[in-house]
Amino acid sequence: MHSKDTNAKNITTQINEPLFHVTKRAQISWQKSWAIRIIAIASSLVICALIIVLITGLNPLTVYSAIFDGSFSSERKIWNLLRELSMLLCVSLAVTPAFKMKFWNIGAEGQGLVGALASAACMIYLGDKLPNSNLLLVMLLSSLAAGALWGFIPAYFKAKFNTNETLFTLMMNYIAIQLVAYFVLLWENPKGSSIVGIINSSTGAGYLPVIGGKQYLLPILIVALVTGVMYIYLRYTKQGYEISVVGESQNTAKYVGINVKKVIIRTMIISGALCGLAGFLFVSGIDYTINANLIGGLGFTAIMVSWLAKFNPVYMIMSSFLIVFLDRGASEIATDFRLNESIADALTGIILFFIIGSEFFIQYQLKFRKRGNNK
Amino acid sequence: MIVTFLSRAVGQAIPLLFGSTGEIITEKSGNLNLGIPGIMYMGGCAGIMGAYIYEHSVAVPSPALCVLIPLLASIIGSGFLALIYSFLTITLRANQNVTGLAITTFGIGFSDFFGGSLVGMMDGDGQLSVMRSSGYFKKTLPFADKLGEVGELFFSYGFLAYVAIIIAIASAWFLRRTRAGLQLRAVGENPATADAAGINVAKYKYLATCIGGIIAGLGGLYFIMDYTGGSWTSGGFGDRGWLAIAIVIFATWKPNVGILGSLVFGGLYIAYYYTGDLGRRVGELFKMLPYIVTIIVLVITSMRSKKENQPPEHLGLPYFREER
Repeated sequence: MHSKDTNAKNITTQINEPLFHVTKRAQISWQKSWAIRIIAIASSLVICALIIVLITGLNPLTVYSAIFDGSFSSERKIWNLLRELSMLLCVSLAVTPAFKMKFWNIGAEGQGLVGALASAACMIYLGDKLPNSNLLLVMLLSSLAAGALWGFIPAYFKAKFNTNETLFTLMMNYIAIQLVAYFVLLWENPKGSSIVGIINSSTGAGYLPVIGGKQYLLPILIVALVTGVMYIYLRYTKQGYEISVVGESQNTAKYVGINVKKVIIRTMIISGALCGLAGFLFVSGIDYTINANLIGGLGFTAIMVSWLAKFNPVYMIMSSFLIVFLDRGASEIATDFRLNESIADALTGIILFFIIGSEFFIQYQLKFRKRGNNK
Repeated sequence: MIVTFLSRAVGQAIPLLFGSTGEIITEKSGNLNLGIPGIMYMGGCAGIMGAYIYEHSVAVPSPALCVLIPLLASIIGSGFLALIYSFLTITLRANQNVTGLAITTFGIGFSDFFGGSLVGMMDGDGQLSVMRSSGYFKKTLPFADKLGEVGELFFSYGFLAYVAIIIAIASAWFLRRTRAGLQLRAVGENPATADAAGINVAKYKYLATCIGGIIAGLGGLYFIMDYTGGSWTSGGFGDRGWLAIAIVIFATWKPNVGILGSLVFGGLYIAYYYTGDLGRRVGELFKMLPYIVTIIVLVITSMRSKKENQPPEHLGLPYFREER
């Protein structure tokens, strides 16, 4: 193997030096990093438009205006955008502390689903037994507990036996999905329909109060609050600091006296509980029902949102906005031009490839070979 | 009854076997490719698209091309996705989980889109369906019907089923008995050491991920062309891709054990059909079994912490020579 450190005496260096080499950037100004991201998103949009134009033969500008219309053409669409944004943000916030600790929690889907299941169970069995405010409290607590339990199980084994958490949490998703499928059949209404339908549609028991006539306002506000709290928690508290240290290096953490196992378990309980909160919000404030597809893959999208935002809750508002905006735009194109709506996922995938790739150019720089440069 | 169950379990097992063998080879290089579900969709979708376009562009399709074109299309489709994954994670050093999930999003979206729209784009009618090509994929050995139950159990499958088993056995042999297999494992266990020993880490990772992706893609091809008889249904492939990843754990990263794992999981996957009296509800709980079994295996292997049953040491982690 050729030695990489180019000693002066090594005459062949100059000939063998590759066209360019990669070095890690010491730092990058935020303007520059966002410029790189914007270039990546813009070029992905060009590619997407090109694909749509090839398929449909439409004018690209029509396509772009349709993307914009998908989120902003009516008040209802703006509310839908905000709702989807906040739910994606909620799940992204939930997975973030775990990721910061380098615990790959890809089980947000399952943790959210069991949370939703707990809320739905309370609505069905306690709907006529408790006053609404108490019922909501019981629902909230049981959702948090269910999500926390779903997060605790893999964390416990990770802490105790170093069981691979990525694979463990992934499997927990499908257990949750089947559990929900079981209860959907148990609670199905009407019989034989295989769906639960709107729970307590006549009494409204267990529904979050509607503020100012806007159904989604309260869930959105709750998520906004969680965002702020999470920002402070990660940035200014001792526990947040411990999470960062464990994420950077478990050995360092042990050396300075942090109980790594405790941090792993505690953080995953928080992560799972917040996913449970998302489940609670879906059941009590948005869908008023339960089905195995309730979280709808948010658990996976959230991983990308959190990672794109570098685990910063405030940036996460932007990255989840970006994903929801593009997704709604792609759906709008699909409906407008009568394409199969799966095109939305394909286009989102392309955009993600570009964003993921762009991170390389933010962290590293290519240094091209200079003529006559023998270091 | 038991023979029918077993032969149906085998039918379920084959896509899982392709997927898990592909993922094992990929993971042995240290890449945890969560894009496998999308890649398997893509392999199936590209195959059926190739077959449809071919069947509709010539008057008399030749049997050989009816098999070769879907096969080639599938390899190109899944290989292309695996290449994107490799480029992003190996060359651009992106996070493997994030990239894999993006690949899955893209692969399923792309497949469902073209699976649902190709017929309309080609000015055809009805569903995307390739009966003729599928017939060649499903073709069994001529004497299979005459052998009764033995025939049903062992010879009632199309050629891809046998290919799956051969690939699994060959992969096990490759990983354990060849020099290249040893070097591949070294890359997955400790890339810095492998690099120091003069192994081209990036090359091994690229090759393992792309070949693994192509093998997994064949699982999608088998599912579409053989199991479902050559017609596309949106989302028909279901969560089999994730199940394939589960089998990797169950098999403790050994492709030959993967054959057993696929059969067990294939059986568990359809076990709920046979819970008749217990009803649909219990059926849903039965579908949970493969995942519970996987978790139990995962926990037990980590508790016993025997070296040979562990995930590759460097699984899921990127490798930058400059940062070791």
